[in-house]
Amino acid sequence: MKRRDFIHLSGLGLGAMITPGVLAMGNTVTAEQLTIPGLENAAKKNLADVALNAAKAKGASYTDVRIGRYLQQFLFTREKNVENITNAESFGVGIRVIADGTWGFAATSDVTPDGIKACAETAVAIAKANARLQSEPVVLAPVPGYGEVTWNTPIQKNALAVPVKEKIDLLLSVNNAALDNGAAFVNSNLFMINEQKYFASTDGSYIDQDIHRIWPTFNVTAVNKAEGNFRSRQALSAPMGMGYEYMDGLAKDKLANPAGFNSYKNSYDMVEDAVAAAKHSKEKLTAKSVLPGKYDLVLDPDHLGLTIHESVGHPLELDRVLGYEANYAGTSFATLDKWKAGDFKYGSDKVNIVADKTQPLSLGNTGYDDEGVKCKEWDLIKNGVLVNYQAIRDQAKIINESESHGCCFADNWSSVQFQRMPNVSLKPGTEKLSAADMVKGVEKGVYIIGRGSYSIDQQRYNFQFGGQLFYEIKNGEIVGMLEDVAYQSNTQEFWNSCAQICDKDDYRFFGSFFDGKGQPSQSSAVSHGSSTTRFDGVNVINTGRKI
Amino acid sequence: MAILTKEEAKQIIDKVLSYAKADETAVSISGGRTGNIRYARNTVNTSGETNEITLNITSVYGKRSGSASVNELDDESLRRAVVRAEEIAQLAPENPEYMPMLGPQQYIESKTFVESTNKINPDYRAQVAHDSIKPSGEKNLTAAGYLEDFSGFSAMGNSKGMFGYNKSTSVDFSVTVRTADGTGSGYSSRDFNDASLLNSREVTTLAMQKAQASVNAQAIEPGKYTVILEPTAAFDLMRLLTSGMDARSADEGRSFLSKKGGGTRLGEKLFDERVNIYSDPTHPEIPSAPWTNEGFPREKTTWVEKGVVKNMFYSRYWASKQGVTPVGRPGGVIIEGGDQSIADMIKSTERGVLVTRFWYIRAVDPQTLLYTGLTRDGTFYIEDGQIKFPVKNFRFNESPIIMLNNIEALGKLQRVGGNMIPAMKIRDFTFTSLSDAV
Repeated sequence: MKRRDFIHLSGLGLGAMITPGVLAMGNTVTAEQLTIPGLENAAKKNLADVALNAAKAKGASYTDVRIGRYLQQFLFTREKNVENITNAESFGVGIRVIADGTWGFAATSDVTPDGIKACAETAVAIAKANARLQSEPVVLAPVPGYGEVTWNTPIQKNALAVPVKEKIDLLLSVNNAALDNGAAFVNSNLFMINEQKYFASTDGSYIDQDIHRIWPTFNVTAVNKAEGNFRSRQALSAPMGMGYEYMDGLAKDKLANPAGFNSYKNSYDMVEDAVAAAKHSKEKLTAKSVLPGKYDLVLDPDHLGLTIHESVGHPLELDRVLGYEANYAGTSFATLDKWKAGDFKYGSDKVNIVADKTQPLSLGNTGYDDEGVKCKEWDLIKNGVLVNYQAIRDQAKIINESESHGCCFADNWSSVQFQRMPNVSLKPGTEKLSAADMVKGVEKGVYIIGRGSYSIDQQRYNFQFGGQLFYEIKNGEIVGMLEDVAYQSNTQEFWNSCAQICDKDDYRFFGSFFDGKGQPSQSSAVSHGSSTTRFDGVNVINTGRKI
Repeated sequence: MAILTKEEAKQIIDKVLSYAKADETAVSISGGRTGNIRYARNTVNTSGETNEITLNITSVYGKRSGSASVNELDDESLRRAVVRAEEIAQLAPENPEYMPMLGPQQYIESKTFVESTNKINPDYRAQVAHDSIKPSGEKNLTAAGYLEDFSGFSAMGNSKGMFGYNKSTSVDFSVTVRTADGTGSGYSSRDFNDASLLNSREVTTLAMQKAQASVNAQAIEPGKYTVILEPTAAFDLMRLLTSGMDARSADEGRSFLSKKGGGTRLGEKLFDERVNIYSDPTHPEIPSAPWTNEGFPREKTTWVEKGVVKNMFYSRYWASKQGVTPVGRPGGVIIEGGDQSIADMIKSTERGVLVTRFWYIRAVDPQTLLYTGLTRDGTFYIEDGQIKFPVKNFRFNESPIIMLNNIEALGKLQRVGGNMIPAMKIRDFTFTSLSDAV
């Protein structure tokens, strides 16, 4: 299959169900092959040294090499049927060099000394060819050589080693639970990824990392054929940087939400959520259509995460700010002059947003990024003021940083690494406050749960978000379900209307498993942590239409 | 070389089939060269070229199927891949919706391959970028663009005697030009099978004109407007309708084509009678591969005639269940247009908005096909038959079904994303808010 078919995944509404025909990158293999160890580190070090030496011999002033084995298992079911099981392995080497002050990149699946040498030489040749068009030489922020180090996602149970039958049985029991509770249709999927990445560079690092991610999800639909209506409710799971232990659904990870059912923290009860989803999808068929107007919004972390992603995560990518994404994703309203001014009020005083690639269990959690920089946490918005961006080694100097933030990523050995969004999270409130307490303080509001329709302009000013579930709040109480709800706002206005944030006990992750960026598009995974948050006086529109 | 000839492909497929022990086996090989060049801030930032070939085997026992793929085509690798696919198939759960493989089919000779595109090399790509960057830089404008080219082949065969082979090429180019102060932005794009039709300087000139003309956009009130959608903008919304005509979803009651009380709206007049939508794999400007994703020969198919829904997509499984003939998804569609140029459309508009393209389009309600998104890179206010001034971008909430009932005029066709799309003049298009984005 062609690469861009895969990238299609990232372009789908996160809500849209992914068709089982959409396959993974790499060659399809048996499930057993996904658990066989890859090359020993000593062998990878030898191969990496071939690349470093070959590029240097051709005149490269800097080289990094990534030997990557990317393993994926995707399971797709529908009602009583298994629609597809995809096991894929992609193995190869990507080599990036600086020669004549210019980047060059080449990749090969021929993981032999000869293949790697030829690939390194190609990368240098490309750099030299492009040097003619380069106006300013690349300058890298310094990074220490870490020697030979390893980092592994702290998983308890490798999801790829769990028998396929066990996972399929779980998905089919999810489907049965939904059908037994009144759903007309249900699709359920399980996505599992293991990246075995070996990085080496002329700075003296040899970094071996074993990274795991998992995402269980479903879509449940109720139909009223007589009226010609249908409504769906998707899973309230979060994709996580975890092993199969995420599927344990432990009681300690269940949090009763103000709408009277369970939200999930660091493990997920998929069957329980499917039962709730079936009931919700039926309830949605007859829910009251919202009256448009200004409402105070109480946003659940499983919803707010996407708003953070779109209105804070993307606009603070420095490459966007500089114009490198102008022909595709766009640029950013958060221009350098606003940051330089030092007083740009992105949000209210309550808004503290951090970037990190270190939060345990998050999708972004890695030891080192894809240019060998140790990962860390840093502030983006402090007490409402814009204080920083997301920058990698060749951008750090533009914002007067002495080191990279460590957020460089490539989605495969064959893709060139570039700046990608780390986890971007809203810090919880410091005063004790539960979601139920928050609802009590709202006179006229809407409580929104789950990721829905989302759209934002190319500079990230104007956005419109929907959700999975909407509940009307009147005088401190939830009085019923609403439908046809979407809110429209402007990023700065919205974050400045942030009035209250629940405490750390309510803090949960939202995640985007297939986030797209770049041309050709690359996919990455990122988490956004937050607690339930209140935004005052936001414009709500009614999306119901007659056709 | 990644492009195998028909004979080479057939030989390999036959060899793989000779190794197979399963009840049914299908083999597909595809490969080719994909190249790209990307530039921004008037400088090339990435370029590359990939050659790859992949052979995929699907083995079936009863209703159990399994697949394996390889990049190496030596006998030993092929043998191992067959064994692997057969192992996976034997372990797979039964698929109650499995349809037996098709026998031999008659496919047309497609015109999807053009030598000019096959000949593209890194120098060509650099020239395309240069021809876009240079004129932009000379006018103190900033260009960001992307070119992707493909030249390759695809072949398939199975143990029931089916065999097909096709070569194809494509080239996609897009460019966004911005003014130095960031107050103006313009976009233009083109795609072809034949690279000799692409002139990146011309495409860039259009984007430059839009960038300069869109400086200092004024805010006008959101609301319902008559809009003139350039073909790119029209396609952005029409594809959401033409790709959503699946019969199974409609029969299941979860589509805009589902009927109240059950059944589908096939045969109903849903749109203005000027709406005619069809597909034709032999169309000279948008030739498509000769077979559908299920292996049937692609044929000229009418989807909408005089506003009436004439066909929906039926998979082989769903068609057999419903007792009808399968209807495959088309390669590209043609929405019939008219003679009017965009200038003619502007001239006849008392008050309206000209839209270059839409952006970040997302489904709001699948029941009504309501979508939201924004205008981008060239939005202009029209009054008394003339473009008056650039306007700030709008967010819209609109359904292509409603649009196709509010047609004022249809313009000349242009190829967009492998489809033939007219410019469209639509009344009462719903803009719901303003955006400051340029």
